[in-house]
Amino acid sequence: MSNDKNMTTDKKPSQADTLKEVMHHLGRYRIFLVFSVLLAAVSVALTLYIPKLTGNAVDYIVSKGNVDFPGVFRVMLQIGICTLITALAQWLMNVCNNKMTYQVVRDIRNEAFRKIEILPLKYIDGHPYGDVVSRVIADVDQFADGLLMGFTQLFTGVATIMGTFGFMLSVNVKITFVVVLITPVSFVVANFIAKRTFDMFRLQSETRGEQTGLIDEMIGNQKVVQAFGRGKDVTARFDEINERLRDASLRATFFSSITNPSTRFVNSLVYTGVGITGAFAVVGGSLTVGQLSSFLSYANQYTKPFNEISGVVTEFQNAVACARRIFDLIAEEPQTPETENAVDMKEIKGNVKAEDVSFSYTPEQKLIEHFNLTVKPGQRIAIVGPTGCGKTTLINLLMRFYDVDEGSIKVEDVDIREMTRRSLRAGYGMVLQDTWLKTGTIRDNITMGRPDATDEEVIAAAKASHIHSFIMRLPKGYDTWITEDGGGISQGQKQLLCIARVMLCRPPMLILDEATSSIDTRTEIKIQNAFAKLMEGRTTFIVAHRLSTIREADLILVMKDGKIIEQGNHAELLEQNGFYRYLYESQFSQATTA
Amino acid sequence: MRSLLVHLKNYKKESVCAPLFKMLEALFELFVPLVMAAVIDVGIAQKDRPYIIKMCFVLVALGLIGLVCSITAQYFAAKAASGFGTGVRHALFEHIQKFTFSEMDTIGSSTLITRMTSDINQVQSGVNLVLRLFLRSPFIVFGAMIMAFTVDVKAALIFVVTIPVLSVIVFGIMLITMPLYKKVQADLDNVLLMTRENLTGVRVIRAFNKEKDERRRFEEGNQILTDAQKFVGRISGLMNPLTYAVVNGAIIVLIYAGAIRVNVGDLSQGEVVALINYMSQILTELVKLANLIITVTKAIACGNRIGAVLEIRPDMESGNLKWEDAEKGEKRFAPAVEFDQVSLRYKGAAADSLSGISFRAERGQTIGIIGGTGSGKSSLVNMIPRFYDAASGTVKICGRDIREYDIDDLRSHVGMVLQKAVLFKGTIAENIRWGKEDATDDEIMEALEISQAKEFVDTKEGGTDFLIEQGGRNLSGGQKQRLTIARALVRKPEILILDDSASALDFATDAKLRGAIRGMKENPTVFIVSQRASSIQYADQIIVLDDGQMAGIGTHDELLENCPAYQEIYYSQFPKEAASNE
Repeated sequence: MSNDKNMTTDKKPSQADTLKEVMHHLGRYRIFLVFSVLLAAVSVALTLYIPKLTGNAVDYIVSKGNVDFPGVFRVMLQIGICTLITALAQWLMNVCNNKMTYQVVRDIRNEAFRKIEILPLKYIDGHPYGDVVSRVIADVDQFADGLLMGFTQLFTGVATIMGTFGFMLSVNVKITFVVVLITPVSFVVANFIAKRTFDMFRLQSETRGEQTGLIDEMIGNQKVVQAFGRGKDVTARFDEINERLRDASLRATFFSSITNPSTRFVNSLVYTGVGITGAFAVVGGSLTVGQLSSFLSYANQYTKPFNEISGVVTEFQNAVACARRIFDLIAEEPQTPETENAVDMKEIKGNVKAEDVSFSYTPEQKLIEHFNLTVKPGQRIAIVGPTGCGKTTLINLLMRFYDVDEGSIKVEDVDIREMTRRSLRAGYGMVLQDTWLKTGTIRDNITMGRPDATDEEVIAAAKASHIHSFIMRLPKGYDTWITEDGGGISQGQKQLLCIARVMLCRPPMLILDEATSSIDTRTEIKIQNAFAKLMEGRTTFIVAHRLSTIREADLILVMKDGKIIEQGNHAELLEQNGFYRYLYESQFSQATTA
Repeated sequence: MRSLLVHLKNYKKESVCAPLFKMLEALFELFVPLVMAAVIDVGIAQKDRPYIIKMCFVLVALGLIGLVCSITAQYFAAKAASGFGTGVRHALFEHIQKFTFSEMDTIGSSTLITRMTSDINQVQSGVNLVLRLFLRSPFIVFGAMIMAFTVDVKAALIFVVTIPVLSVIVFGIMLITMPLYKKVQADLDNVLLMTRENLTGVRVIRAFNKEKDERRRFEEGNQILTDAQKFVGRISGLMNPLTYAVVNGAIIVLIYAGAIRVNVGDLSQGEVVALINYMSQILTELVKLANLIITVTKAIACGNRIGAVLEIRPDMESGNLKWEDAEKGEKRFAPAVEFDQVSLRYKGAAADSLSGISFRAERGQTIGIIGGTGSGKSSLVNMIPRFYDAASGTVKICGRDIREYDIDDLRSHVGMVLQKAVLFKGTIAENIRWGKEDATDDEIMEALEISQAKEFVDTKEGGTDFLIEQGGRNLSGGQKQRLTIARALVRKPEILILDDSASALDFATDAKLRGAIRGMKENPTVFIVSQRASSIQYADQIIVLDDGQMAGIGTHDELLENCPAYQEIYYSQFPKEAASNE
């Protein structure tokens, strides 16, 4: 694959690299980041101030008959105000973080999708759809969760640590040192665990990808699975991966969740440390009970973020592992970019020339070698040959789904690599054997090539393709929604819709790859007439098995094993007494030996 | 959601132990303020240093016990959750395998894929968190309240008021956001659909230069998703600030009440500190809870989506008649397939796709089915392996109503080649073995030979060990078709159905294929659906379909004589003069 090169030189991009990319994506939302940090600071400062106030209040409540009520009331009011401001700041911070996270995620998904649109077909043909889908959906989702948790807890965490530190210093320097000395232990513990769990998360993520691939294949083709009663075997294969996933996920979940209790234990040590030194200080007279009370509360709050941050770290690692997979997709090498001075072909008449073209999907298996062809506008080129002889490959090259290895293909004497893909492809109308309709209305599907077509034009195209009356019988006519599996619409009807699609945009060149293979012959003949009209003055490439449909072609290319073994028109080829004649006769002997 | 919880039953021990150990941990945590209060009231008041040190050891011991309990709990929770996820995934996958064709038509595969992946992941982490926290948090909250009662009953009443208010906030937000999370998941489905579509339809999209439009469409859908996420985020983001305000309000009241009661001598200073500590502990716990409640709410929304799929009962009930049993008795000579006034209507369709279909296919006969696009040819043959049930009339296989048969057993005797040639990732041999799991190499070679696939399989690297990519992308259409035919043949079916499955084959190969099938010694009953008159003209009976109805039935010669629809089809392919030349 195209990323093999990068993969070998730098097998696993480090976490730091991934983080850098994440930060890069955050760049646009810097302002929210700033707000979030500020709001976090405000809410944390006030949250921390409250225990101090509570401590003051406790000091006003000493013992029986020894309570300073005005002091208590003042403190109560202060606490009330602080609480309200804090609550507001917290909510606004949440809103900012939400906005930031989901917009970053949106950007990443858009970016991934944009990459999918320009990936070379080689990549798409060579990777399970399910794996790519899992990157764009599941991985990004996991990443979003991690990012959001990161934002909400990281900022407040860091701010809390700094804030409590300040407050503790203001109360008592000595005890503060006790706290500061013990706390880093929890960081060390958290780090120790996190390092070991990263690989577990990656394994979990990879196993999930593998499973999604299987799910995509089997559920996408559930009908075949059913037809062969293979449900049980498929389930067994699924279970095998599922078991591995269970182990991977148990390990990842458990080992990462050890972090929390461990750091909490360290915290309780801190708490005890404060308790003992604080109590001695009170006994020694250098501290009040109220101060000890607020100090204990600070110690608790100071250590908690370490705890949370370590929790965030595990979540974040999972997120980073997922982010890596999606960034890998985004970093995938796109199709050869268009040169800057790529020609935007305004007028394509239909001159196509192939000069010494060689091509193969894999270097080991040579497919097309030294192929030459000259086609003039309006000519009809038929490509025939036994199944699997490379007819579809030729189309891949003409449409520039794949680039030739050697030689060149020219349209209007311009190398197709030197024109924009858009203008090249706009020059072709293509009907493939493998009918593909998108989810949407019938109209959406017909107007794919010309979204601005009027209703009359759409109907005319549908009529020419003999699908109009079928459409009218559907519950909502042209507005009937087609689902992904196209339930209720037969292969043939799908093919007719694909033909209507091309009938509507009338491009100068046509590619018909078994365009009528699923259509009955009666309808086909009617469509042939329409096609004949359409083909007038248009360069047409036809791949077909029915020799009757290609008899009138100007040039017939007979292919076998990826090579063109004969070419000429029908009469010439029959005369040659070669492979074409064999094909032709085998077809008609059927009809005549009845 | 509830229906999913049964998958925890294999993890009863874990599901009980996890919260239990969590509770133990919490219990020890609850003692901490009491110990501290003792330090203040006894140790400090009496300046008893050894007592203070002793109490601190108690604190460390409490922490240590907490650590052990907690790790134990985490292990059980992780084990239960990952086992639960595995169980649900298995159940859902198995359940989907039971879906009938009409269910797949209506549900669509992409939403099933999200449910199998993203939704289950969410539920799994939800379960993990619930086991760890949903018992711990209420326990701490109520525990703190009970501890407050031990300190001072009157002051503890403040807790009694605060806790319901907090519950209303927590559960209220949960209830409001749950449907919203459901919508988020639905929007995500849509994003997934578009992603998938752009992979499967890449050629058409690029051929029509629709990349930009698709991008716009994706970005719109993505924006809708983002907006939904932000909206729900804004609401669930209220949880923390609200609970914070309530708890601090309670602390204010607590200080006030404490001041009054200390003033009259009902309470000590240390006890006030303990009370405030307990209230703070509730807050700490709620903050933790709020962060996780989002995950849990999402998990429940996702769980409901999974539950919805699991609740779909397959609309077809299997009988229990085995093929061999049907073969016994006097029915042995009954026709292989018999349709009696059968009609078929697809789910949600306005009209019947087939009506009034009657015919008898004797054993060993070849039945050709021909007709226009959309005339119901595939629908008809799809009823033979019972992919769809008749709306009226009966379908009989070997003289017995098709609904009496055990579906799996019935299908194992039918070789079906679907219109769309689908192969799976794996070797050629593995794909062929779909038809018969224990097929020997010889059997595979035989099937490949009959299906005319041998010649190209031999040229592939490794022969039958050649690796087919997902969706058979490294094979041509005709190669795929021949392999799907081989896959059906390898099981030596009693009934073989070729649903327009030779459309990508050239005529010569097609003819050879039919010849080879006729020559099979098992002599199966064969149904051939085709557009080509040449493919079916030697059939023993030809059924001509027109718009879901039978326009004629008979042999080629009979139909050519008296069936106008057949004549039209035939002469469109073989112009009269060509035929009459002979």
